[in-house]
Amino acid sequence: MFDLISFIPRAVVQGIPLLFGSTGETLTEKSGNLNLGIPGIMYVGAISGVIGAFFYEQSGAASPFLTVAIPLCSSLLGSLLMGLIYCFLTVTLRANQNVSGLALTTFGVGIGNFFGGSLIKLSGADVPSIALSATSARFHQSLPIASGLGWFGKLFLSYGFLAYTAVIIALVAAYILRHTRVGLHLRAVGESPNTADAAGIDVGRYKYAATCIGSMVAGLGGLYYVMDYASGVWSNNAFGDRGWLAIALVIFTIWRPNVGVLASFLFGGLYILHMYIPSGMNLAVKELYKMLPYVVTIIVLVISSMRNKRENQPPASLGLAYFREER
Amino acid sequence: MNKQRSPLFHIVRRGALPWYATWGIRGGAVLLALLVCGVVTMLVTGEDPFKIYLAIFNGSFGTPRKIWVLLQNISMLLCISLAVTPAFRMRCWNLGGEGQALAGGLASAACMILLANKLPNWAVILCMIVTSLLAGAIWGGIPAFFKAKWNTNETLFTLMMNYVATQLVAYYCVVWESPKGSGQIGVINPNTQIGWFPTIGSYKYLLNVIIVAFVCVGMYLYLRYSKHGYEIAVVGESERTARYVGIKVDRVIIRTMLLSGALCGLTGLLLVGSTNHTLTPNIVEGRGFTAVMVSWLAKFNPIWMVLTSFLLVFLSRGAGEIATNFGLNQSYGDILTGIILFFIIGSEFFINYRIQFRREAGKEG
Repeated sequence: MFDLISFIPRAVVQGIPLLFGSTGETLTEKSGNLNLGIPGIMYVGAISGVIGAFFYEQSGAASPFLTVAIPLCSSLLGSLLMGLIYCFLTVTLRANQNVSGLALTTFGVGIGNFFGGSLIKLSGADVPSIALSATSARFHQSLPIASGLGWFGKLFLSYGFLAYTAVIIALVAAYILRHTRVGLHLRAVGESPNTADAAGIDVGRYKYAATCIGSMVAGLGGLYYVMDYASGVWSNNAFGDRGWLAIALVIFTIWRPNVGVLASFLFGGLYILHMYIPSGMNLAVKELYKMLPYVVTIIVLVISSMRNKRENQPPASLGLAYFREER
Repeated sequence: MNKQRSPLFHIVRRGALPWYATWGIRGGAVLLALLVCGVVTMLVTGEDPFKIYLAIFNGSFGTPRKIWVLLQNISMLLCISLAVTPAFRMRCWNLGGEGQALAGGLASAACMILLANKLPNWAVILCMIVTSLLAGAIWGGIPAFFKAKWNTNETLFTLMMNYVATQLVAYYCVVWESPKGSGQIGVINPNTQIGWFPTIGSYKYLLNVIIVAFVCVGMYLYLRYSKHGYEIAVVGESERTARYVGIKVDRVIIRTMLLSGALCGLTGLLLVGSTNHTLTPNIVEGRGFTAVMVSWLAKFNPIWMVLTSFLLVFLSRGAGEIATNFGLNQSYGDILTGIILFFIIGSEFFINYRIQFRREAGKEG
């Protein structure tokens, strides 16, 4: 009755954008920056990739390498710029992080929908969306042996390369955070910038680096969504509230990207659970199922604060700007 | 001789600037932002900049109807900004205005639908007022309870509560859909007008404006002159100090968030009962988030908030007008709003800090 073999791959492809977003946000938060601009950044990452791919496809060339490289680079560049705006405001100008992040989200979603809308007009299509099938085919390419391996191939090998990249990035990020000197310094900056500064760590540089790399990773989530999940079809606002869900996932994983790998698939599953639950004619219940990821996050947030274990807390200086002369 | 190289400049915290200087800096930032927006729009559309600014102005003041829409939008944004302000003053980041307003809206819609034809009109309206304030307060009170008791992060908690509320509203939109199968509630009680707030004269939005004006003055007095307001300020400055002088911090947190949530509920009530007479999951239109910026830009001062909410509404309506006039899509407004916000946010730096260059420092030394 409940078809796991078809459910799990769909949960995974739903989870991958969230995994990118939450890995990026975890890196950012570990440096003490609560970047609420992630939803906007993911939009920009997606639309920059779409713009790159659109003009490359229009030019008529079809080199397999460039078809992947151009959207990838333009997406990274777009989200890097967003990260830089955020860093400049919050680190250099020490502005309030919540306000800057929310403004960044407004801006990013605006950019996504505006340029999306303009491209749709440019392409002159009848439907309000752009289809980049050639680029998407490259991104969607899975191993040729996958289809011959039955359920095993379907569960593990049926995804595009970005999906595996997401898992690798998450694991590498987890390793760097826990087992390297750079990670130690980064965590120190997030926990107590004063102490880190006194120990000779360049707080500003770490914040910039972590936030910008974090935004680029998050931007890839947007790119994956458009190119692989949505098969290269951009339509305005289709990305929805996944950015906020990525932030929820950060809390859910208690700031651990390696936990995020499985947790993101779980969230992906919760996100689409409503399509698999036999609810008969009662459409309303489906709306309640969509609430699940958020409710689960709230429960985790509450429980982790109740247990009050020190390693499960948010970084201590999360959300605070650092100014050396203020003690 | 001191041979150590000193950096080219360093940054020093400023003392308090006089109010005209701070508002001068902010005004300068807005002008600069408008300049940038003009240039960007010119590049995108190729129109001459004078026309662009005229369009921004016309978006708000073009016709009497537009002025009323402007006033309505300002009062809704202002109401929700006032609601989140007491929490912010306490350094409790209530990002859940959206959800709390939705909870209020849901409660009042529920009264309008379920109690129609069972109670007289005035009783329905009374129920709407009570339940929506209560619903908003509960929605704000839940995170506050956990914050007070276990120090749960309220920023993330309230953020998540927004989406729980959205889905709850989406659920009831299907349950109460009319006509069947549309997935929307549609205008509630269109013929009997039960639960519709009375209009003053022929001005549909006047009642909202008056109510919010009262809330605004009331909030100013509450924060400035009441004992509660003082306690909020102390808790915001330093929780330890507050504890030391005998303020029960957890009680203040819960009480303030209840108030904050209830006022957000009031916004939902006004949106449902007095303005739209219907309920949709996006009826608050992201105002809960914009309110954070309105409140912060005004430095949590209710009177200045009138100005900052006017500014944001004026700009977004202007940007919308540009979009329609020059055939761009409506999201263009979001981009312009974003640019303007970046400038205003950035300008705060020059209010709080001063850049001291090396030579100047040498002279002083």
